[in-house]
Amino acid sequence: MLGKDMLGLYGTAAEDIVNILDTASGMKKLLTQNLKKLPHLQGRTVTTLFYENSTRTRCSFELAAKYLGAGTVNVSASSSSVQKGETLIDTGRTLDAMKNDVIVIRHPMGGAPALLAKNVRASVINGGDGMNEHPTQALLDFYTMREKFGSFKGLKVAILGDIAHSRVAKSNLFGLTKLGAEVTMYAPATMIPQGIDRLGAKIAPSREEALRGANVVMGLRIQLERMQGGLFPSLSEYNKFYGVSEEHLRLADKNAIVMHPGPVNRGVELTDEVIDGENSKINEQVLNGVAVRMALLFLLCKNRQGGSENE
Amino acid sequence: MSKLLIKGGTVVFPDRVERADLLSQDGKIIKIAKEISDKEAETLDAQGLTVFPGLIDMHVHLREPGFEYKEDIASGSAAAVAGGFTQVCCMPNTSPVCDNAAIVGYIAARGKEVGLCKIRPIGSITVGEKGESLSEMGKMKEAGAVAVSDDGKPVSDARIMRLAMEYASDFGLVCLSHCEDKSLAEGGAVNEGYNSTLAGLKGIPRAAEEIMLAREIILAETLKKRVHICHVSTKGGVQLLKEAKARGVAVTAETCPHYFTLTDDAIVTFDARTKVNPPLREAEDVEAIKAGLADGTLDCIVTDHAPHHEQEKNVEYNLAAFGISGLETSFALSYTALVRGGVLTLTQLADKMSAAPARILGLDGGEIGVGRTADFALADLEEKYTIDSKKFRSKGKNTPFDGREVFGKIKYTVVDGKIKYKADER
Repeated sequence: MLGKDMLGLYGTAAEDIVNILDTASGMKKLLTQNLKKLPHLQGRTVTTLFYENSTRTRCSFELAAKYLGAGTVNVSASSSSVQKGETLIDTGRTLDAMKNDVIVIRHPMGGAPALLAKNVRASVINGGDGMNEHPTQALLDFYTMREKFGSFKGLKVAILGDIAHSRVAKSNLFGLTKLGAEVTMYAPATMIPQGIDRLGAKIAPSREEALRGANVVMGLRIQLERMQGGLFPSLSEYNKFYGVSEEHLRLADKNAIVMHPGPVNRGVELTDEVIDGENSKINEQVLNGVAVRMALLFLLCKNRQGGSENE
Repeated sequence: MSKLLIKGGTVVFPDRVERADLLSQDGKIIKIAKEISDKEAETLDAQGLTVFPGLIDMHVHLREPGFEYKEDIASGSAAAVAGGFTQVCCMPNTSPVCDNAAIVGYIAARGKEVGLCKIRPIGSITVGEKGESLSEMGKMKEAGAVAVSDDGKPVSDARIMRLAMEYASDFGLVCLSHCEDKSLAEGGAVNEGYNSTLAGLKGIPRAAEEIMLAREIILAETLKKRVHICHVSTKGGVQLLKEAKARGVAVTAETCPHYFTLTDDAIVTFDARTKVNPPLREAEDVEAIKAGLADGTLDCIVTDHAPHHEQEKNVEYNLAAFGISGLETSFALSYTALVRGGVLTLTQLADKMSAAPARILGLDGGEIGVGRTADFALADLEEKYTIDSKKFRSKGKNTPFDGREVFGKIKYTVVDGKIKYKADER
């Protein structure tokens, strides 16, 4: 059973993940039939509280809430105000006092959503916290995989890129291993975090080995600041030795799909041909993101006792 | 002329534990015997209690001057005696930094004014703990400094550390080194490993500690000077120390209760009370720390008492301050984990928590014997209780041990023959 919050997939049971995906199927049907004004969350309020820049995640949550009839509020907090100014707990309590039902938080520090959730009555959804988790991104990835393959049992998922700093890779790993998929990772050694193998990932000895027979090829965004931090020497070197081109993709299963959480650095982690190729599900992921977030908002609000004040 | 008779207790001597009465006069132990009666003396009934030499903590942060909202010398002294400590040595990372004789003198004077336990100031190694130029160690020594340290801020420049070890030795002072290679540790919050990856928190690798520890050993060895290593937390650190001691290097080392009672499994809930520097490590480190205490590689137990305000801990893990409020839990945690856990004997525990710090810093106290200072900690070793930070005398309630059941309740603390703490006062 889902609880009050969605903080990450490490603590979420497989059947809850499946329940969210099943609910999302219904939501996607409605979306594709252009029925975008549903009554499920009428009278509810969803606030996005973002301490980091984001276009797609925030937009996706806002639209998901609106399509379900909820009121939405967006709060942007520059990360500098984290250091001085109001504390996260105080901000949360303020939002709580205004009778928010759901707070979607993105924060540059791992554990911030957990801290918030402990201190508010509202349901908290983790929209990405530092290097910890990004559960709704992983859920939309799972949805996209299931849509294509029907099941996760024995599915081979290759994740390539900056594993060490990727909350997407972590949430994918936590969920996929519960669902029965095999996760293989490949990255420069400077970007493989300690203990990731003990968390269930297989570390491939080479890019080729990572890709061989994969059903899903997932690229992760390489941030320029990692290069400045010395984790790799240059973008072109990265692309040459760690990027995925069409040629590399041929090593994967012939029905393999290509995924990326976006935004993509074209020509760095994936080449243009791979991004725009017929195996690419990158745009489909975005649509699925709205459906999955609708499902999650719906399920969490259904769990909330007493409903909102307006009901 | 004041006399105190401690009657009926079991006494932990340097070489044995036995039933004895202890009579002290004017702060000195004047008689030890199976049965003593003295009508003039105030009598402390120690039936059922174990009498330890007054505990000595050579690594605490009392925050005064400058951070009195976290702790001050009065609240820190109260916490110390509640924990069985009769002497505590306070680190110089105050504001301003304790890098000159005036501040050393101020801290020592405040300690006397408060009058609970003996407050021994530690001066900084470098001016402002900036790691650039040496503090006036000679003048600080005259004013009462018992050691020098830039604790909290490692001396990154090897040449400065070399000069510090040499210069400090002219005054009989030892450098206490907080070993942390900043280039490896920067931005980290927890131990680098499985749990840092699981929680998505930036890790501090063991190498950050061990690289500087190795440097200090090499400097001490080549210069033939002494050095003391603060808060050892890793298996590799214990190994380096063991090898150095076997070669005869004049190195001593301390560890803290949290390094032999907790692993970094505690951090995954993002409870910032577990945030401490060096960070909590893994099970194999905990085992190595215990083994290092047992075989003498680690000389003493300190608390690294680091009180913080609640608002400095109840925040995002990355933003939270490092440190654990430790004075009021150290004895029970150590006794429970080490003596009840079969790692140390009672006399060994007394050595780690009293005699060894006294030897390292040249302090009086540390052992029970005729003519020695009448500093004692009396504990009920059979009393089991639950740690409750709400009852702390310290302003810092920041402990990851809240709710933990321990044995060994401090019942009385005696400083210079005077009872300075009695349990259940409130």
